[in-house]
Amino acid sequence: MIALLLRDLRLATRAGGGFGLGLAFFLLVAVLVPLGVGPEPALLARIAPGILWVGALLACLLSLDRIFALDFEDGSLDLLATAPIPLEGVVAVKALAHWLVTGLPLTLLSPVLGLLLNLPGPGYVWLMLSLALGTPALSLIGAFGAALTVGLKRGGLLLSLLVLPLYMPTLIYGAEAVRRGADGQGALTALLLLAGITAGAAALLPFSAAAAIRVNLR
Amino acid sequence: MPDLGTYAFAVLGSYGATILLLAALVGLSLWRGVRMRRALREVEARQGTTHA
Amino acid sequence: MQTSAGLLPWVAGLSALCLTVGVIWGFFFTPDDFRQGSTVKIIYLHVPAAMMAINAWIMMLVTSLIWLIRRHHVSALAAKAAGPVGLTMTAIALITGALWGQPMWGTWWAWDPRLTSFLILALFYLGYIALWSAVEDPDTAADLTSVLCIVGSVFAVLSRYAVNFWNQGLHQGASLSLDKKENVSDVFYLPLLVCIAGFVLLFVTLVLLRTRTEIRARRLQALLARERMA
Repeated sequence: MIALLLRDLRLATRAGGGFGLGLAFFLLVAVLVPLGVGPEPALLARIAPGILWVGALLACLLSLDRIFALDFEDGSLDLLATAPIPLEGVVAVKALAHWLVTGLPLTLLSPVLGLLLNLPGPGYVWLMLSLALGTPALSLIGAFGAALTVGLKRGGLLLSLLVLPLYMPTLIYGAEAVRRGADGQGALTALLLLAGITAGAAALLPFSAAAAIRVNLR
Repeated sequence: MPDLGTYAFAVLGSYGATILLLAALVGLSLWRGVRMRRALREVEARQGTTHA
Repeated sequence: MQTSAGLLPWVAGLSALCLTVGVIWGFFFTPDDFRQGSTVKIIYLHVPAAMMAINAWIMMLVTSLIWLIRRHHVSALAAKAAGPVGLTMTAIALITGALWGQPMWGTWWAWDPRLTSFLILALFYLGYIALWSAVEDPDTAADLTSVLCIVGSVFAVLSRYAVNFWNQGLHQGASLSLDKKENVSDVFYLPLLVCIAGFVLLFVTLVLLRTRTEIRARRLQALLARERMA
């Protein structure tokens, strides 16, 4: 499994692997929104938690179809499915790889973007915490969506349509945590519920995704 | 027609929209049903089979 | 196919009867509400549609599970058939809700938990229907959409709670309950029941009709494939 993880990481960080694309997109969102809504600091401060979370969401979405599609096309997915490690493990490892390449960098970059969006001081800790806890869920849910659409030629848009509604609870709790934290209110509940979703996703989705992959490999 | 007062637009609009949507749903369902039945009959005649 | 062929005219007829009676009774023969005026008449469409929007998804969940466990083809096709019906019900609930909300709350839309949940439900329906259309092989499509329906149901429930957490809301609390002692008085309650029955029967009618169509479509696809290979 470690070998699989390293292989996926290597593939993603190679030239043409798409690494950095998510980060660039995240940055772009943080630039586009003020351009769209106006530069007034008070307004930006109020919407910063939501914008940062939506940006993170969309940035994660970009690289989802690469999780399985490349391996599906060249036949490696068939090999992985018949390998000694269970397919559920393969899904979990691939989701982890996706997170390491997308969610984690996003989390680390987020304070800089918080600066751009005038996020209030207390919010930064909650921003990073919520993203750290929530982006793994985005990778897992994304992996499930990718597994469903892996056999499709132009699956990208459909993938977004399927995955974005599933992202909503994570988005709500994540953004709420940052918002309440920035306001100085109790953000712990939101954070715990967020962590709960991630934990539940980690428990449930590798199985669902593996089932979908088996169906698509038939 | 009962006196709907100032709410005539809301009430009539709701009933109108609902009837429209349901009629469209029923209509499309029936149309597709007829189309499938006809197409199936054609192909079955061509192949000399009958349906279950 | 034969049982549904016999059943269909009866359910259709019964549904038409209930809907006609319920709607005419509610529209023409009930008084206006003290606070809501004549807009209370929208209840005869809004509430049944909203109930069916949820029930349709639950039916799809059950039939999806039956497909995955017992591999009854009809089950999968029934779920496929129910999708657009559920989506239409959701749309009716949202549209009548907006038309009702405008005079009552002063706004066409509000990000109230119940409305938001319904909007999210509409998106789930869209995704489900889209996946059926996107996958060519019928059995693969049946499997994938079933898994989507199950995972989607979990997230739909999660969303419901998340959205409640996110906003307290101004939509009226549940005013229908089985013991009838809640906020809807008798005068409105009885025609409402008839309308609910009508919508339920309409749902059954449409699912029966559409499933038969899906069965034929599936058979057609199989025969055409056989032709192509010969």
